[in-house]
Amino acid sequence: MELLAQEKAGILVIRAVGDRIDAAGAIQFKDRMRDLTRDSTAQRVVLDMSRVAFLDSSGLGAVVAVLKALAPDRKLELSGLTPTVQKVFRLTRMDSIFIIHEAEPDGLRHAG
Amino acid sequence: MRLTVPGDANSVRHAMQSLTQSDLFLGLPDGIRENAVIVLAEVLNNVVEHAYAQKQGDIMLQIEPNPAGLLCQVSDSGAPMPGLTLPQGQFQPLERIDELPEGGFGWFLIRSLTEDLRYRREGSVNQLTFCLIDEQCASA
Repeated sequence: MELLAQEKAGILVIRAVGDRIDAAGAIQFKDRMRDLTRDSTAQRVVLDMSRVAFLDSSGLGAVVAVLKALAPDRKLELSGLTPTVQKVFRLTRMDSIFIIHEAEPDGLRHAG
Repeated sequence: MRLTVPGDANSVRHAMQSLTQSDLFLGLPDGIRENAVIVLAEVLNNVVEHAYAQKQGDIMLQIEPNPAGLLCQVSDSGAPMPGLTLPQGQFQPLERIDELPEGGFGWFLIRSLTEDLRYRREGSVNQLTFCLIDEQCASA
């Protein structure tokens, strides 16, 4: 899972380039997210998942682990959930835990 | 459709990628295709992580389309389910972020998206059967 980070106006946007966050790549994803967020002081971290077609329960666990690692001082937000990924978040009710943006991170206007 | 998948995480990933691109899956309505992809990945990964935790082996997958949806059978020759029963797959989403679960979602997703979920141990073989039906897309 390749992740690309870019900091803009105090928001660290991390774009997931691979098409799946699954059992075979969940640990690698978590480690890479930890490295990228450690190198930044941005309070808001937005994970752009618009290219991620699939996320399984291990991938969901990894995303939750990143949220917990950043809390309480920093927030992990998500954007661009594709239909299958959205379904996994909705069924597990994790859609009520995360701040989820419909738009691409470039379209994020308001801060805070 | 019949498929034999080596019981490791990378092989499961490859199998899921080819299933997603198969004519059978591309011909399904969106809802049932999404459900099938979610459920099959969870079922196969469970076999890898639990049944084949201590030994190696293959996973046999059989998918038959029928008018209601897809009838699936997954077999492996790994360790039996503890107590020979399926996990309940219940979890409580909590309000506090530091108490959020990082696992246990798998069986919850499988149970949420399947009907007629059945487990049988036959000799040294685990056999899981379930239906993925179209109606559930609406309620899911």
